[in-house]
Amino acid sequence: MTQASDDRSGESRGGLNRPPLPIPRALRDAAIAAAIAFGLFAVMVGLRTEVSPTGALVLRQRWAEVAMLCGIVFAGRLALTLWLGRRALRPTTAPGPWAVRLQQAGRFFAPALLAAALVLPIVSGGDRYLLDLGILVLTYVMLGWGLNIVVGLAGLLDLGYVAFYGIGAYSYALLSTHFGLSFWIGLPLAGIMAAFWGVLLGFPVLRLRGDYLAIVTLAFGEIIRVVLNNWVSLTGGPNGVSGIPRPSFFGLPFSMSGEPDTFAGFFGLEPSPSHRVIFLYYLILGLALLTNWVTIRLRRQPLGRAWEALREDEIACRALGINVTVTKLSAFALGAMFGGFAGAFFATRQAFVSPESFTFIESAIILAIVVLGGLGSQVGVAVAALVMIGGFELFRDLGEYRMLVFGGVMVVIMILRPRGLVGTRTPSVALGEKRAIGGDLVGEGRG
Amino acid sequence: MKPPAARAHRDMILEVANLTMRFGGLTAVDRVSFTALRGEITALIGPNGAGKTTLFNCITGFYRPSEGAIRLHRPGALPVDLHRLAGYRIARSGVARTFQNIRLFPGMTALENLLVAQHNTLMAASGWAVGAVLGLSRYPAAERAAIEVARRWLLATHLLDRADDPAGALPYGAQRRLEIARAMCSSPGGPALLCLDEPAAGLNPRESEELARLLLEIRADGTSILLIEHDMGVVMKISDRVVVLDHGRRIADAAPAAVRSDPKVIAAYLGEEGEEE
Amino acid sequence: MAYALQQLINGISLGMIYGLIAVGYTMVYGIIGMINFAHGDVFMIGAFIALITALLLSAGGMLDGPAAILLMLLISMAFTAFYGWTMERVAYRPLRGSFRLAPLITAIGLSIVLQNYVQVSQGARVKPMEALLPGGIEVMRDGGFVVQLSFTQMLIIGVTLAVLAVFTLLVTRTPLGRAMRACEQDRKMAALLGIDTDRTISLTFVIGAALAAVAGTMYLLRYGVIDFYIGFLAGVKAFTAAVLGGIGSLPGAVLGGLLIGLIETFWSAYFSVQYKDVAAFSILVLTLIFLPTGLLGRQEVEKV
Repeated sequence: MTQASDDRSGESRGGLNRPPLPIPRALRDAAIAAAIAFGLFAVMVGLRTEVSPTGALVLRQRWAEVAMLCGIVFAGRLALTLWLGRRALRPTTAPGPWAVRLQQAGRFFAPALLAAALVLPIVSGGDRYLLDLGILVLTYVMLGWGLNIVVGLAGLLDLGYVAFYGIGAYSYALLSTHFGLSFWIGLPLAGIMAAFWGVLLGFPVLRLRGDYLAIVTLAFGEIIRVVLNNWVSLTGGPNGVSGIPRPSFFGLPFSMSGEPDTFAGFFGLEPSPSHRVIFLYYLILGLALLTNWVTIRLRRQPLGRAWEALREDEIACRALGINVTVTKLSAFALGAMFGGFAGAFFATRQAFVSPESFTFIESAIILAIVVLGGLGSQVGVAVAALVMIGGFELFRDLGEYRMLVFGGVMVVIMILRPRGLVGTRTPSVALGEKRAIGGDLVGEGRG
Repeated sequence: MKPPAARAHRDMILEVANLTMRFGGLTAVDRVSFTALRGEITALIGPNGAGKTTLFNCITGFYRPSEGAIRLHRPGALPVDLHRLAGYRIARSGVARTFQNIRLFPGMTALENLLVAQHNTLMAASGWAVGAVLGLSRYPAAERAAIEVARRWLLATHLLDRADDPAGALPYGAQRRLEIARAMCSSPGGPALLCLDEPAAGLNPRESEELARLLLEIRADGTSILLIEHDMGVVMKISDRVVVLDHGRRIADAAPAAVRSDPKVIAAYLGEEGEEE
Repeated sequence: MAYALQQLINGISLGMIYGLIAVGYTMVYGIIGMINFAHGDVFMIGAFIALITALLLSAGGMLDGPAAILLMLLISMAFTAFYGWTMERVAYRPLRGSFRLAPLITAIGLSIVLQNYVQVSQGARVKPMEALLPGGIEVMRDGGFVVQLSFTQMLIIGVTLAVLAVFTLLVTRTPLGRAMRACEQDRKMAALLGIDTDRTISLTFVIGAALAAVAGTMYLLRYGVIDFYIGFLAGVKAFTAAVLGGIGSLPGAVLGGLLIGLIETFWSAYFSVQYKDVAAFSILVLTLIFLPTGLLGRQEVEKV
């Protein structure tokens, strides 16, 4: 709607199809960008506050760094303009070349991804680092899929999803350390507990619209975290709960002793610490696939369709006799339950939980995974989790710049593909052939 | 106050008695009473701002009336006080509606739109989702039946070849028809009362013609219709009875021919007539 | 009684800071309907620039008197406003008219970027600053308890009121304010009537950032310690304040800020410091349950 005035000076519309701009104008653009960069960096980078040995603050000047940053911006902008034209960095919902290929290969892509996930422990030869990374990615895949039910399907903006993850983790941690419940009993209880809290929160607040719901869920997340942090007698406060029992293989503990009543002994294997890691890997893979399976099945059924209809038009739903509150609540509770499962897994894997694992930034990352993946798309969410979490780990060498890059990548992906990696929706049922529906038509909910 | 009508109860489908709706200081609907008869098409007309859509929203539960009563009389059942029910319960008791500015689920296909309309039936068949997820229920059969119902209405609205297209991508006239089809799917065996808010708005003459035929078919099927419409051609051709509102009050309630020659109605429309159609 | 009065003074000065940040949230929300999650970090940037200015002044031996504080304010406002402008230009404008969740995610991304940018460029350690305006006046004495209104608090209250007065004039009396309100009502229509909506939105971000810079400077003067992380909690609180007051409503933002400041202060004083955030958030949740659009928010009429 603001397209007409989008390009201030009105020059050079049309982006990619146009020949690249003449060099003088590109230089001018780059110079403007560098000037802006100077304005931004001059104070914050050029003058660094440092605590001197006497305890007072002093300033250290770093003009070389500022010059370098401005130079990078200048060169970057120049290269970009010359290479792609002025309007290259514009959002698009049209599937990019690789997205088209992905869709063509879609039928094979998801199974290929699944197969890769299944064989990873075997292929990796028990490489501890790779498996731990796999477990981490799968945990976020599961959380993304869980939140996808709430945000992607039902269109309810939940900024406090991590609360349910935390409730699940603490439920299992406390049940197992206080009452000695095993993982396989603690897991469903943790899910039920999270779902219960989901209903408790959801019931009064689900009639709120849009951003009001967002802030209430955010507030709920913060409340849970603060309570976990301060209710020392129950949760141990900032020290958390430690000594959470590790999961057993249906009653057979993983132990190095090789006794007959341990996993290795029972199956006649050489005791190895990697057994537990591999087991944890398959455990989270199974939990994630359970989430996926339930979601996919529900999408083809009245409840899932009602969620999507709710996202499209709540008023029309009411006129069709759909109980909007119950439908929203079911999405909220189900999403919370899977969050709780993931939390219980997290607790048993770490053997330790503390409030700092459940901060707002976790909610934000999970939400970003859902939106970057493409609201409602199961494959998209999995790919986004892989890219974001896996990529984050790959850039370990960046050190303190890692989070900076992470945030920057989030911004850039969103600007280039506001509808996420997979922006289309697949119908749940068809008389003939199922054809993908363009993201422009699909709603994203107001609630 | 005065009884709404002297007509026999058993013929009624909808009874509106002394309905008043106020927004702050503004009285949008002022002590309106009328009845709609079973198996008839009742048209609700009036100049812009007469309170027609407000009345509709009261009947279908989007507004809670300030005063008065709205009763649904279904054959063989006790009367239902619609003004006391939550919106979604009104739909469940057999009142379906369409909207003046079409409200489809644009990102879902035409077929999906019609399946969402059958939500309550399907939900019960799926064992409130739990059964169907586990694959333990009679859900597949119920879904096949629901698709059959949907197919029937897609056929009746000439949309069968667009069944797998997203509703938002359909042409305007097709969207209007799909919305009616969706309303018709919303109760098992069709709703008792279908409320249409300006279904002919934006249609060309040929489409209006088709719409009129569709509404007559729906009536023949046993669904009573309450209709807000500006297209007098359609109203006069298909209505059995016409209720005229002006400034929130009922000024006439008669057969189409009588309404047409009613001086009060003509007076209400005068001034608008010149610029309209 | 005296104790309560002291808490009232503390609560109001804290609430003023929240209110200033909340105005930025509510303005942006009103005009483009998005939650600018990075706004709390803009506040943090404002505090840092004020600190750096103060250090520059002190190196020149001029860190003294009202002129120094005024200079800190103005420089912080100018540079922070530039940050606000750039943010809008780079991260939000390309997404104008796009899906609702996309700008929310870029805002969260920007928030992460800004926090880590400051952490990298200025270091993760907390930055202490000596008090510029020590002392205060004694309001009343009750037994051994002295109720004090510090000069810094007076400054905060005075500056905030002055800034809000100017800002109110700006919104109600100038062509820019009219354009802003028009864009808020109906952006398409405003554009058709010849209002440069992009420019108006840019200026909204600039003004919001400048107000956040005022808040940042005041925060620095009052608490004397800042780090790269102060933006998050202050941002969440201010956003809570904006929603509590009714998002989109400017008086609501100030009212909400004051309420949140008072609730927090009194809760800490009489119950427990640890649970002050829980108190603020719980009151928000309760308010929204009974008043779904906040205290002064426009009641949404459901258009059917």
